[in-house]
Amino acid sequence: MATKGKVTGIVSNLVTVKVDGPVGENELCHINLGGTMLLAEVIKVTGQNASVQVFESTRGLKNGDEVTFLGRMLEASLGPGLLSGVYDGLQNDLTTMQGVFLKRGEYTDPLDHEKLWMFTPLVEPGARVSAADWLGEVMEEWLPHKIMVPFNFSGEYTVKSIAPAGDYNIDATIAVLMDAEGVEKNVTMCQKWPVKVAIKGYKEKPRPSKIMETGVRIIDTFNPIAEGGTGFIPGPFGCGKTVLQHAIAKQGEADIVVMAACGERANEVVEIFTEYPELIDPHTGRKLMERTVIICNTSNMPVAAREASVYTAMTICEYYRAMGYRCLLLADSTSRWAQALREMSNRMEELPGQDAFPVDLSAIISNFYARAGQVVLNNGKTGAVTFIGTVSPAGGNLKEPVTESTKKAARCFYALEQNRADQKRYPAVNPVESYSKYLEYPEIQEYLQATVEKGWIDKVLEAKNLVRRGKEMAEQINILGDDGVPMSYHEAYWKSELIDFAFLQQDAFDAVDAVCPMERQKFMLDLILGICRKDFGFEDYEVCRSWFKEVINTLRQMNYSEFHSESFENYFSTLNQQLSQYGN
Amino acid sequence: MATKAYQRTYTKLQAITKATVSLDAEGVANDELAIVDGRLAQVVKTKDKRVTLQVFSGTEGIPTNSEVSFFGEPPTLKVSEQLSGRFFDAYGNPRDGGPEVEGEPREAGGPSVNPYKRRQPSELIPTGIAGIDLNNTLVSGQKIPFFADPDQPYNKVMAEVALRADVDKIILGGMGLSNDDYLFFRQAFEGAGALDKIVSFVNTTEEPPVERLLIPDMALTAAEYFAVDKNEKVLVLLTDMTLYADALSIVSNRMDQIPSKDSMPGSLYSDLAKIYEKAVQLPDGGSITIIAVTTLNDGDITHAIPDNTGYITEGQLFLRADSDTGCVIVDPFRSLSRLKQLVQGKKTREDHSQVMNAGVRLYADAQNAKTKLQNGFDLSDYDLRCLDYAKDYARELLSIDVNISINEMLDTAWRLFAKYFSPAETGIKQSLIDKYWKKAD
Repeated sequence: MATKGKVTGIVSNLVTVKVDGPVGENELCHINLGGTMLLAEVIKVTGQNASVQVFESTRGLKNGDEVTFLGRMLEASLGPGLLSGVYDGLQNDLTTMQGVFLKRGEYTDPLDHEKLWMFTPLVEPGARVSAADWLGEVMEEWLPHKIMVPFNFSGEYTVKSIAPAGDYNIDATIAVLMDAEGVEKNVTMCQKWPVKVAIKGYKEKPRPSKIMETGVRIIDTFNPIAEGGTGFIPGPFGCGKTVLQHAIAKQGEADIVVMAACGERANEVVEIFTEYPELIDPHTGRKLMERTVIICNTSNMPVAAREASVYTAMTICEYYRAMGYRCLLLADSTSRWAQALREMSNRMEELPGQDAFPVDLSAIISNFYARAGQVVLNNGKTGAVTFIGTVSPAGGNLKEPVTESTKKAARCFYALEQNRADQKRYPAVNPVESYSKYLEYPEIQEYLQATVEKGWIDKVLEAKNLVRRGKEMAEQINILGDDGVPMSYHEAYWKSELIDFAFLQQDAFDAVDAVCPMERQKFMLDLILGICRKDFGFEDYEVCRSWFKEVINTLRQMNYSEFHSESFENYFSTLNQQLSQYGN
Repeated sequence: MATKAYQRTYTKLQAITKATVSLDAEGVANDELAIVDGRLAQVVKTKDKRVTLQVFSGTEGIPTNSEVSFFGEPPTLKVSEQLSGRFFDAYGNPRDGGPEVEGEPREAGGPSVNPYKRRQPSELIPTGIAGIDLNNTLVSGQKIPFFADPDQPYNKVMAEVALRADVDKIILGGMGLSNDDYLFFRQAFEGAGALDKIVSFVNTTEEPPVERLLIPDMALTAAEYFAVDKNEKVLVLLTDMTLYADALSIVSNRMDQIPSKDSMPGSLYSDLAKIYEKAVQLPDGGSITIIAVTTLNDGDITHAIPDNTGYITEGQLFLRADSDTGCVIVDPFRSLSRLKQLVQGKKTREDHSQVMNAGVRLYADAQNAKTKLQNGFDLSDYDLRCLDYAKDYARELLSIDVNISINEMLDTAWRLFAKYFSPAETGIKQSLIDKYWKKAD
């Protein structure tokens, strides 16, 4: 008998319910509003009173309305057919909803239960299996989608029977498993998993050991993110957070990309729907939409579902990771998720932490970031979830709780800076304050030495140092005036400008410059460092400035040309002429 | 909002604050409306029998034995073509002396558009103001506020933009408008002979602040009627959203909620997003475009209201007085239209984006030259030319008094470039230079 209850209090989307039986933390319930079932989640229990957050507007709800508890937590449906999907935060399929407006209580199934998939078994009867082991696979468009032993099966099982190759829908039994006591369980191609719990079922979670290439120079070379790594992008509005995140989504070296639009503008999601079906994945040549899943809970959609959206997105990533794929999760923006937590905490009249955020904000954020990572599966294959979140700090001030908590949890920090954005230096990532902890990992260092070249890390550090020095020189020049400093200051300043303009800045809207493969990044960094290592000894700062400006222009033209194309080589020889004028 | 025949009536208030009253009542629905001592109120909280209502016009003079009767429904607006040309108060009652509007009652503050059913905005909204059309082009379905200090003529600019824009309906949501500004809007609309396409919902400074909370929902309910039912292009003007947010903080304060940054309620972002995200390009051709005003305190955009707004809206238009020319200009550095690339060069001339970038870059060089001058350093010939260019650029293009077509704006820019610079100094693509470069006059 399911636990029932009655509504006893309503403040916005926080509803208190008097219950007649046992309820669990995070258990779901349906609130009956004149026949429309509103989904809600238990967030606090005191005696007979449960506080639930409603994933919909509570307009019209009355004290005394009936509540039925569902005996389960918020779950994601996992199975073939998720790719290219467009879901809301609760994983309702937005594409199959009727009408222009979202209707309360309209829940649509995330998976197609009619569609037939061509199933191929991967195990024989008699095989010993446990949770997350692969039983078979179906082709999900281009991707071999593994059908796994459900994640909630504990202990070891023997495969009693497995369906022969053929077409099945996701509800068909494709295997019968028997546990140690001889109890039989049927397995279908679809399973459910509570989104707030991390999917385990792997052998180990080693430290990240590879780089995830993004084609963005200031990331890959200066502050690389690891496959299975974590990073975050804080920045005030108008600094290009979304453009940078979309660039990573388009170009990131991953099999699956999940975009969680969490409390952001609807038109940004519309951009993805409109453009991704046309854009090409630079790594595979397929359409970008074919590797993308969109979880979209825009700023005007119910606040509680906003919180759920990042968990739903993470669960889908973990599901594909268990099949041995490299997943990339992008969440824009985690601040909106934190604000959703704040709104609830506030309505529950909890004692507030800093800026009225809940006191456990930091713990919640680090728990979430900890779900990313590279894993070794039971069969020895690897999979990864790389997570990059954006943060929208209030007033652009990075000393606020969400940024500070995230800084403790994420290993890469890409600080977007108003000043750089004002000067149109895009991506506006601050080259001095941003960092990647992965550059310090011996595993990553080894990987870079082996895949890029020996001594690569030293070059990166050298370039970073030149940028830092140039910044110091610029301050001196500003204080003392052009004439008040020695010529070497001007030279050091312009060398840092050279690195900035020709390497760190990148045009995300130019077809060629937008994606810069590692090989090309190495070529350009070598070229630029070669220039910076020279001692020019200019006699006059005007000469220094105009010569560097010309060199910068030539290098930028090279960035806009196809690598090693005719025009690229032409600019390269122009550069060599310019270089022969000065320096030794 | 007419009262219903069947009403439940109570006569004993348990608590009164400046903005809310509480009483014991049965069967009350969240968000439903009620009349407390003749004043409109809305249910904001229920706890067991205790119901808390927010009284829009304030609680001054309300006694504990007031009569409270519940409507059984949330705020609604009667929609029909009769709305056109009319001025209403925050409750949707006529304030122009005309008759009540007849039509179908629509719930105000209703559901959101399914994001998957939206279309990408792609239609240009020309305003004649070069600081907007040239540098920060507006697109239908966009939401964008003016960020302006209270002394800037933002209402005048907004009225001009509205009257010049090629739209089917203009809906004015006035929150805390001074009576003078209210009359200004009326006269501006009447003078332009555009009254038949205007619908206004206005709360003036003479009226209670909490009433303002109804204005955006009313205005947008009317907007959705014209955009969704009639497939019309609707422009919604909301002024001043800072006063709206202030009203939110009054209510949340009276309800003992813990304030977050700048004494604003923790839900400010969601509250504002619910309004601004009503801007939409619909699949059947209708659209809602929102132009709002957020007044600033001495240009401070880090305050919670402009800060949250900036994260929600698709750019902002920043007005400031230019000391070199004495004009009010649309600041080219701090203004931004996030959707401009959807129309620039596609719905406008091919040279649009390059001319825009060159114009702003040279203006930035002029600012650097100005700083150099102020710091007592010598100016080069280029610096001096930049300074002269900046004056012409501000007067002929950035000033809000400009009213020309986009092609004229582009031609003006080319003329200024030729007057002060060499083609190479503009950094514009050679093919465009060959086609559009003008001889200096």
